[in-house]
Amino acid sequence: MIGAAAQVVLIGVGSPFLVGLMRQVRARLEGRAGAGIAQPMRDLRKLLRKEPIAPHGTGWLFRAAPLVLAATALVVAAVGPFATTDSPLDPAADLFAVTALLALGTVALALGGLDTGTAFGGMGASREMTVMALVEPTILLAVFALSIRVGSTNLGQIAASVAEDPLSVISPVSLLAAVALIIVTVAETGRIPVDNPATHLELTMIHEAMVLEYAGPDLALIEWASAMRLTVLLGLFAGLFTPWGITLALPLALAVFALKVAVLGALLAAAEVFMAKLRLFRVPELLAGSFLLALLAVAASFFLERA
Amino acid sequence: MNLLFPGALALCALASLLASIPPARVRSALAGTALAGAGAAALAAGAAAMAGRTWSAWLPDLLPLAGVRLELDALGGLFTAVTGGVITAAAIYSIGYARHAPRTAQILVPLFAAALLLVPAAASVSTFLLLWELMAIASLLLVLADHRARPAVRSAGVWYAVLTHLGLVAILGGLVAFAAAAGGESFAELRRADAGGALAIGVFLATFAGFASKAGIVPLHVWLPRAHPEAPSHVSALMSAAMVNMGIYGIVRVGLDLLGGGPRWWWLVVLAAGALSALHGILQAAVASDLKRLLGYSTTENMGLVLIGVGAAGFFEASGERALAALALAAALLHVINHAAFKTLLFLAAGSVLHGTGTRDLDALGGLRERMPLTTIVFALGALCASALPPGNAFVSEWLMLQSLIRSLPDGGVSAAVVMPLAVAAVALTAGLSAATFVKALGTGFLARPRSAEAERAHEAPPSMLAGMALAGAACVALALGPTLVLPGVAEVTGQVLPGRGPAADGAYLRAAASSLSPVLIAAALAVTVAALLAVLRALALRRARRAARLWDCGAGPMTARMEYTATSFAEPLQRVFDDVLAPESDVEVTHVKESAYLVNRVRFQAAVPDRIEHRLYAPAIALADRVGRASRELANGSVHRYVGYGFAAFAVTLIVLAVTS
Repeated sequence: MIGAAAQVVLIGVGSPFLVGLMRQVRARLEGRAGAGIAQPMRDLRKLLRKEPIAPHGTGWLFRAAPLVLAATALVVAAVGPFATTDSPLDPAADLFAVTALLALGTVALALGGLDTGTAFGGMGASREMTVMALVEPTILLAVFALSIRVGSTNLGQIAASVAEDPLSVISPVSLLAAVALIIVTVAETGRIPVDNPATHLELTMIHEAMVLEYAGPDLALIEWASAMRLTVLLGLFAGLFTPWGITLALPLALAVFALKVAVLGALLAAAEVFMAKLRLFRVPELLAGSFLLALLAVAASFFLERA
Repeated sequence: MNLLFPGALALCALASLLASIPPARVRSALAGTALAGAGAAALAAGAAAMAGRTWSAWLPDLLPLAGVRLELDALGGLFTAVTGGVITAAAIYSIGYARHAPRTAQILVPLFAAALLLVPAAASVSTFLLLWELMAIASLLLVLADHRARPAVRSAGVWYAVLTHLGLVAILGGLVAFAAAAGGESFAELRRADAGGALAIGVFLATFAGFASKAGIVPLHVWLPRAHPEAPSHVSALMSAAMVNMGIYGIVRVGLDLLGGGPRWWWLVVLAAGALSALHGILQAAVASDLKRLLGYSTTENMGLVLIGVGAAGFFEASGERALAALALAAALLHVINHAAFKTLLFLAAGSVLHGTGTRDLDALGGLRERMPLTTIVFALGALCASALPPGNAFVSEWLMLQSLIRSLPDGGVSAAVVMPLAVAAVALTAGLSAATFVKALGTGFLARPRSAEAERAHEAPPSMLAGMALAGAACVALALGPTLVLPGVAEVTGQVLPGRGPAADGAYLRAAASSLSPVLIAAALAVTVAALLAVLRALALRRARRAARLWDCGAGPMTARMEYTATSFAEPLQRVFDDVLAPESDVEVTHVKESAYLVNRVRFQAAVPDRIEHRLYAPAIALADRVGRASRELANGSVHRYVGYGFAAFAVTLIVLAVTS
């Protein structure tokens, strides 16, 4: 119980710093000074102090969407095996449920974007849902591949089994599934090469187009929730493939988790520097590739598990 | 208990009478109330049968030679209960919706309902076929109810009539051959008979084709997205949420119960047909812009998912994996129940939109959130359930289905290793696309600003229609939060067909193999978190009121409704991604000014996504039939000599055949 609560607090407070860290890494690699890792936190504070805005012609779904998005991210933060494998909510939700909860957040935000009735809102929602529809099968297949050896889709059990037998990660199944999951993590969190979180160019933006009408506390909630989703997805990746340290005492486990996510985030940011954003209609090809990798992971698991 | 089921049928008859005799003013209210009572009684009778209190009747004099044999067992009880629930909601809804409907349509609805209730209770081949045809005819007449107003109805009726009767021929052929071989036509005798070899294969494939056409399974689905939208909306709900289930019932009854399972390839065929239907259905739904057509294709998708579960159940049973078979069948049956609940809700809400605006074109709707607030809320609930996201109900059954599919791998053999990942991929792709589809339906149909004058003038539905939708919505919520209460009943049913322990309900948790899920805890966690966030935000924002502000319009003044994204534009990226599969057609026609080829006078753009299977499979077949028909006209050119010649030739050939063979 305490472990789960500590996880939620750490992810809730730490995620803006993760985003700050990733921006800082990018800035340094691009030869800029950067704004420091606390800048996203300062942005959130600024946004929270502003007055809430109700754009003309928007309704209850527009106002509810940021809340649902943040709530799904928080529930996933409580469920996942980030610093502890025995969260009280773990039997309530497995990896399928976690995927579906994250999708629920995306769907809520897409509806919020459509509710504005602007061309930007509709465009962002349409693109986001297209990407989501293609990402979902990859995640589920990767889950399939990972759950075969354990016999369960519950996150805690998968993480615990890898923690017991760390060498099992170096199997073709895990590697293929890991690559597939990296691609979908990038797509889900809207990072280069799928989407560029810093762009406001209408030809390319996906996520930013959808949230264009949000301002003040609503925008703060969305920014915070997006940071948490990034943290949670990186954390899930760490928990599924490198769950070392999860069996340690809680404060130590939290520190190890923070370190792992920081390293993963820094690597992702560093990789982004050397990449350009893909054209929107090249993105499905990338996602189809990751789908194929996940399918290969399942096929590989069949032959390896029988041996 | 024994009187519940006959009571439901008697109430159907009463409703039919009440729809014909009393004055037009009160007709729909009286008939709707009686039919709602019939539905509730059938729901109770079905639930009682699922709990083991079965009902049977033998009426030897009702039908010459064969007699009528009825028996409501657990499997039939589940389908009767689902149908009863759908009937109740649709009947209450029809009080307001069908007030000005023609009298024949009002009389036929209770008859259709009675046929739907009786089909799963039939216990002999002749009774089953008779009731099956009664159901088909009643629904066909109801589809044609509005044929005077819209010409599209007639074409839909022809498609439906042809395909449903081809299906009947297949089922009739299969079951009659089976009964002849078994030496008796009651289901008990068929069950005892040991049909083996080629006969069993023939019976299974023929009945599968017939039942699949009723369930809207690809490639026999073409009637469904035509006929379901054209029927009045409460009839659409009955057809799409209750009648298609009868196809599933037939496959389970004949394949698993009467034939007692079969070789694995039978079930691989079922599974493949299911996966194909799920993908084709949801892809077509994703690009559809007619609200009811979208829902019709979504029915094909969901029946496909159910067949994936049924196919997996038969496959596991044939492989000797009893527990997995029971799990897969329970998931499929639970999905039947869930689909019935949300599809009733969605079709009734679509009918309410049609009632309030007069259009079902998503590209012309929008802005219903303020004009029809309650309909919007129930449609949002239905859309959540249909898109297989938690805390909706379809998520639960799809979760169970995925659990059964992924458990199969370690020792399922090579065919399992090839098929199951593909089935999981199909279910997963379907889940993602259905989320996009229903975001489109809700987001462009109900949110934002109205895109046409009709949508601008929309008005909320009358109370009886809202009550019908609220009932269906309550069923969705109950199924979403309390699947653990329904699952023991479903396990009873699977136990009747397949011995083996399926998924277990353990307090608030669903347990399948080593995985567990608690829909009610997920919903509670979400609700608590939203409430907490709201409280924190209120405290932080210091209770500042929301300030109204202009939308970002690039500084160009207020945006018109024409600048909004429509359903078609929303689906365009998906259409582009699946370009090779969907093969959309577009046509640009540029008219130039007479004086100069460089000046454009008018540009006309047309885009459509035709159903490719219909295009490729049915169009050539229809063209061929047409050609044969034209060619055969040459045979009958009106000359009497020729006809006499035909008669003589036929007579001579018969005599020769007799002489040679005897």
